Amino acid sequence: MTDITLQGGAPAEAAPASRSRIGRIVRRHPMMVAGGVILVGMAIVAAAAPLLAPHDPIELNVVDRLRPPDEDYLLGTDAYGRDMLSRMLYGARVSLIVGLAVAGLATVLGLLIGVIAGYYRLADAILMRIMDGLMAIPGILLAIALMALTRASIEVVILAITIPEVPRVVRLVRAVVLSIREQTYVQAAVAIGTRFPRLMRKHILPNTVAPLVVQATYIFAHAVLVEAYLSFLGVGTPPEIPSWGNIIAEGRLYVQIAFWQVLFPGLALALMVLSINVLGDGLRDMFDPKLSRRS
Amino acid sequence: MSTASTPLLSVRALETRFVDDGVALTAVDGLSFDVGRGETLCIVGESGCGKSVSALSIMRLLPPTSRVTGRIQLDGKDLGALSEPEMRRVRGNAVSMIFQEPMTSLNPVVTVGYQIAEAVRQHEGKSWAEGYARATEMLRLVRIPEPERRVKEYPHQLSGGMRQRVMIAMALACRPRVLLADEPTTALDVTIQAQILELMRDLQAETGTAIVLITHDLGVVAEMAHRVVVMYAGRKVEEAPVGDLFERPCHPYTVGLMGSIPELGSSLSAEGTPRRLAEIPGIVPSLRAMPAGCRFAPRCPLADERCHAQSPPLTENRPGHWSACWHWERAGEAIHVHA
Amino acid sequence: MSTPEAKTPLLEVRDLVKHFPIRKSLFGKARARVHAVDGISLDIAPGETLGLVGESGCGKSTAGKVILRLIEPTSGSIRLEGRDITALGAGDMLAVRRQMQVVFQDPYSSLNPRMPAGEIVGEPFINYGIGGASERRDRVAALFRKVGLRPEQMARYPHEFSGGQRQRLGIARALALGPKLIIGDEPVSALDVSVQAQVVNLLMDLQAELGLSYLFIAHDLAVVEHISHRVAVMYLGKIVEIAPRRSLFGQPQHPYTEALLESVPATRPGLRRERKTLTGDVPSPIAPPSGCRFHTRCPYAIPRCSQEEPLLHAVGEGHQVACHLR
Repeated sequence: MTDITLQGGAPAEAAPASRSRIGRIVRRHPMMVAGGVILVGMAIVAAAAPLLAPHDPIELNVVDRLRPPDEDYLLGTDAYGRDMLSRMLYGARVSLIVGLAVAGLATVLGLLIGVIAGYYRLADAILMRIMDGLMAIPGILLAIALMALTRASIEVVILAITIPEVPRVVRLVRAVVLSIREQTYVQAAVAIGTRFPRLMRKHILPNTVAPLVVQATYIFAHAVLVEAYLSFLGVGTPPEIPSWGNIIAEGRLYVQIAFWQVLFPGLALALMVLSINVLGDGLRDMFDPKLSRRS
Repeated sequence: MSTASTPLLSVRALETRFVDDGVALTAVDGLSFDVGRGETLCIVGESGCGKSVSALSIMRLLPPTSRVTGRIQLDGKDLGALSEPEMRRVRGNAVSMIFQEPMTSLNPVVTVGYQIAEAVRQHEGKSWAEGYARATEMLRLVRIPEPERRVKEYPHQLSGGMRQRVMIAMALACRPRVLLADEPTTALDVTIQAQILELMRDLQAETGTAIVLITHDLGVVAEMAHRVVVMYAGRKVEEAPVGDLFERPCHPYTVGLMGSIPELGSSLSAEGTPRRLAEIPGIVPSLRAMPAGCRFAPRCPLADERCHAQSPPLTENRPGHWSACWHWERAGEAIHVHA
Repeated sequence: MSTPEAKTPLLEVRDLVKHFPIRKSLFGKARARVHAVDGISLDIAPGETLGLVGESGCGKSTAGKVILRLIEPTSGSIRLEGRDITALGAGDMLAVRRQMQVVFQDPYSSLNPRMPAGEIVGEPFINYGIGGASERRDRVAALFRKVGLRPEQMARYPHEFSGGQRQRLGIARALALGPKLIIGDEPVSALDVSVQAQVVNLLMDLQAELGLSYLFIAHDLAVVEHISHRVAVMYLGKIVEIAPRRSLFGQPQHPYTEALLESVPATRPGLRRERKTLTGDVPSPIAPPSGCRFHTRCPYAIPRCSQEEPLLHAVGEGHQVACHLR
């Protein structure tokens, strides 16, 4: 009998037209929309890097080394005379590919393991101990070890970053499955003879979508950062491929005479991570009506 | 409207609106009532009728998206004119409130004694020791066994009935003149409900507190009320002394409500089979789509053209018995039993 | 509405026990158990409604879910139409579920908020491969009409319905497979009184039309009296009294039944009963009292009550009570 809420006993109104819905999302979550727009913009620019880049990102040009920003080189050049803007455009591809791949991979693996752990008691005990173990491994050490064992490549970087992220997704999915399977409507579904695959697909998994999307954005942001750390430390993306981490690492030596080599990729990195996080926060608020009401 | 002495709490033309997506929704629409010292007024109605919102409006406990207008006077003093800090001194002191959910209304991380003592300390400027002494005394008053031990316990260590007693103890700790109780026994079992209702009656007899009891249960109304306000879709549709209301309800909604409750002992009648329950067909209108005339008209078996077009005014049909119905004389026929 | 007693029971429950282990030790051994259901036996005849009443925590809801095999019983047996279903595997249970359905208390949490109403009501047909898409649609439309909803509402989502309408959806879903027994777990408790009357009437109409049996679990005694042919009263996991409606409400034998009936508020002012209010609260089901479980709150308790557990024994026609004093 809580008639404080406005729904009361009356049925809610039909959903408003989709046109006004987009307008309302923009009005209610302007930061989220801004983050999304920046991110999409970065993705387009990265995809179009071969068209947009004014110079070859790899070709050495010793004559023009360490040039400050000017009309020829908008963001200056590095110690080998390579155009910073072009290198950064290509570097954005690495960051985005690594981020997307890690977020996608971790989500899919986490979802699979999480569902099993959430539904089968015996599997739960075993899987969760393995996950606890994985969580105890520092991602960077794992990456260094993997790099020492194999040849440096983006695939290995993706794998190294994904492994420690999986347990986080598993915990999230497992928690949702555990709480939803206690919901009355799941019991009702069992009572009307719903078998396991349909029970999962129709009644349980749809509830994981919202938290997973939010979690995926955080993993995305984290992966972009970790890729940059690893590359900076020389255990990430191979040096011949320009990535923001590599660029900053190389520029580090000349930071006192050529600040632009560190500043611009650093800013780009910060902007990308910030926009993903803002997008994630906005999505979380949007999925949780209680939080969005307060704003 | 009918108390002989000056009312302790007087509410006039209370209107509460919520703004949702640019649309103003009126949850309470022009509610007026008085409660006198030692009197129990029951506000009865179904979910969404605005009864809880009314209480929260009086206490000024609604979120800032709401707009409350109307005049609320406590002992002749206008509560609407008070600043928020002044209002805070009134809440829990001169007027207190009991909520339906005893668990969510108590702070789980401090002892119940602390919670009562803190209220006493804040409102009456007493010391902690005096506050705890009062807390123990209050727990004893609400018949909690071993109050000296219970005062040091946390809410989760108490049963549901015990927690609701603690809520009452807390509400009464500063000896309020008005107690607003919002469905205080709805979450409780019948045997516990009986204990709590008896307790509230006894305490009222001892302290003379005026009680506004909000409920959906006509049985609770019959047991507790001196006077009754019936609300439907944000409006008062009937007000009467309790005996008169049950004997001769003057609004079809009240008649329908009474007809729809099964009565205990119904199988013991001569036929041995309980009568079919009366139904109120349809559902409560949405706040977004209120009917133009009488708000009950779409569900009312007596409704005619005038009812759908014009909202009936509240009129005093018999001394102290008010109702808002064009056909109040025929209200008793409004029983809807379809075969 | 005479009690159809002569026929063989549709549902037979014998000595049903459900203990929930809690506070597990390191090696998974339970150190304590919640005695939710502690040996109950009951029968329901075809076309009969058995009311199961008691206060919160008495185990009535758990009993319903165990009978439905949504929770595994600890011991005891459940027979439906003479067939023992206590230990059936998930596959065999699928066939049994067509005979035995459930309506839950909370119309808000018992419907999947992400599924349209038509799909919710039609899901049983999909599960059992009944009919093609268009036949299923027709059947769902018929079910909508049967419970007083409009087939046009099939595309709507649960949140677009009111509480009473949602409960009608739950009932339509339960009826889909043509069950013989419906277990109602507080099916009208969450509804407003005017809507509660609509749903109670609907349930009684459906029983008259389809010959359904109900196990009607509720805490509202007046509603239970209204709808049931026989009533069982539970206290702390045990049935303390079971009797035909008139005899239970007319001559209650168990002190607990008496107290329950006296606690119900009178529906007319001035009829306030002079009552012996029960003192104290229900003891914990983790360590239920010895002997008669009610002796800690019973106004008539004698020393024997705390030592020896009273068994259900007949005191009248179809009237059984578990009390040393009767």
